[in-house]
Amino acid sequence: MSKTHKEWERPLVELEDNILKLKELAKKEQDLNKKGLLEARIADYETRRDRYVEVMYANLGPWEKTLVARADRRPYTLDYVQAIFHNFIELQGDRCGFTDHAIVGGPAMLDGRGVMVVGHQKGRSIQERQLRNFGYARPEGYRKANRLFEMAERFRLPVITFIDTPGADAGIEAEARGISEAIAASIFKMFELTVPSISVIIGEGGSGGAIGIAASNKVLMLEHSIYSVIAPEGCASILWRQSERGADAAKALKLTAQSALEFDLIDEIVTEPKGGAHRDWPEISANVKAAILTNLSLLDKSNPEEINQDRYSRFRRMGVYNDALGV
Amino acid sequence: MLKGWALRAPGILTSLKNGEPNKAEGFLQCAHCKKIIFSVDFEQNLSVCPYCGHHHRLSASKRIEITFDPGSFIEADQELTSLNPLDFPEYAEKLAAAVDKQDANDSLTSGMAMLDGVSVAVGVADFHFMGGSMGSVNGEKITRTLERAADSGSPAIIFCASGGARMQEGLLSLMQMAKTTAAAQRCSRAGVPYLAVFTDPTMAGVLASYASVADVILAEPKALVGFAGLRVSKQAGVGKVPDDFQTAEFAFNHGMIDRIVPRKEMRTTLIQLTRMLGGIRKDV
Repeated sequence: MSKTHKEWERPLVELEDNILKLKELAKKEQDLNKKGLLEARIADYETRRDRYVEVMYANLGPWEKTLVARADRRPYTLDYVQAIFHNFIELQGDRCGFTDHAIVGGPAMLDGRGVMVVGHQKGRSIQERQLRNFGYARPEGYRKANRLFEMAERFRLPVITFIDTPGADAGIEAEARGISEAIAASIFKMFELTVPSISVIIGEGGSGGAIGIAASNKVLMLEHSIYSVIAPEGCASILWRQSERGADAAKALKLTAQSALEFDLIDEIVTEPKGGAHRDWPEISANVKAAILTNLSLLDKSNPEEINQDRYSRFRRMGVYNDALGV
Repeated sequence: MLKGWALRAPGILTSLKNGEPNKAEGFLQCAHCKKIIFSVDFEQNLSVCPYCGHHHRLSASKRIEITFDPGSFIEADQELTSLNPLDFPEYAEKLAAAVDKQDANDSLTSGMAMLDGVSVAVGVADFHFMGGSMGSVNGEKITRTLERAADSGSPAIIFCASGGARMQEGLLSLMQMAKTTAAAQRCSRAGVPYLAVFTDPTMAGVLASYASVADVILAEPKALVGFAGLRVSKQAGVGKVPDDFQTAEFAFNHGMIDRIVPRKEMRTTLIQLTRMLGGIRKDV
């Protein structure tokens, strides 16, 4: 069982690196004969790579999807913001004394109309990862989100949220500043909205930290994203006292987009490019944008009170149980 | 959801003779201060140790008995039973064992009751049933309780006791956080008071949803109140863990709880609050 996406994709990445190196060589090569040979080899490698990608991504299991969802080359919220929206202006601060960088947000233009964007943000470099607290949002992140939701309501801006967090910050300071209350209040605020809201799970939908900004009219999931009540490793450590049995737990938790759709907990799956979102940022951004626009135009048909009621009804029906009265 | 806290709050009383939970008269040992208590005294003291004041956990039925007007509780939603929608390993067995042992269908009991003549919508969690965890049935009952309050105008009173969301129902459990919080929003919109009482323990998915959005939040002394298991918090945090970390007192000192109320005064406090915030007296 591979533990990281890098490890799992290593053979593929090595192949891709070799192709790049060969391309460099071919570019420099003066001898046409040798150049031809190199190009033939590149073509052969590319065919093999494509076949490999196809095989690897054809039947991703829950654990492989977990690894792909966490891949650090996968586009993050601000990557989508840059590709999909215009004039995004980040607004910061919880107005209670703190600021958080694991949740970003602000107004932006989407095809000529104003929207409010809020999303979890992970970092790539070591410095940015630390700044973003590895995607673990703090109470002030949810309080900022709450403030931006309220602003969206006031100025009639549809809300678009991007979900990508391993979970909310569970540290001592987060606890002292009321991480639970901040999440709960953010969910509460989302149910007050009469403007349309759409959430897109782009990577990891990690438990309370995810639902904190995902109580929307429409919830979309990327094909290889995950959405779970608990991290598979945490689940494994509770169930079997072995955190390394994450793969088994991922299977038991049914944390894939496909399962979520089956249980009617999400509205749509956004198709990813061959080999995952990280292999083609422009393509996945275009797909996400198209899905947002389609769903927004659907919601545009309802009046504010209907929007609010629709959101309530959407979550109200969630739950599977036996009702002996058969009602 | 996480089990670390269970070890910190030994709330189990055993009789000295045979190690079996006490049923009739006899002597008990407080799991907290280890002193010996006569069971009748313990009962009269509402399961609070007369020596150290430790508030031992209560079953839902006991909680209802000591809080609301005698015989006024009318249970609702008892027909709801849990399924195993994910086919989660060992869930069916655990569930069957809990139903058998606790003689209840779920970790939450809901219904209507009278509180000093005022009609109230009631939800009471029982930690003894699978750690009070919130799955589909628990979430549905909380939602119905808050909707009953919103529709009837009777204040909602919910006693929380939970380790968090029920892992075995996966994403369905996570969605209960949104569903129950939405119902609390409906209650608020209807102008109906919603009072929450944090009892030992009130954790994770329950604390981060409907529990924390109540109009008034009360807590029993020393109840465990927190977002993640202590182990997880220690891993995530830098610095020393405060002695009172994740207790009702810690949450109170950080502004997350309105009042810490000893069990003896809980009924009176709830009566006063429901009266002032808008409960309608139905009889007398």
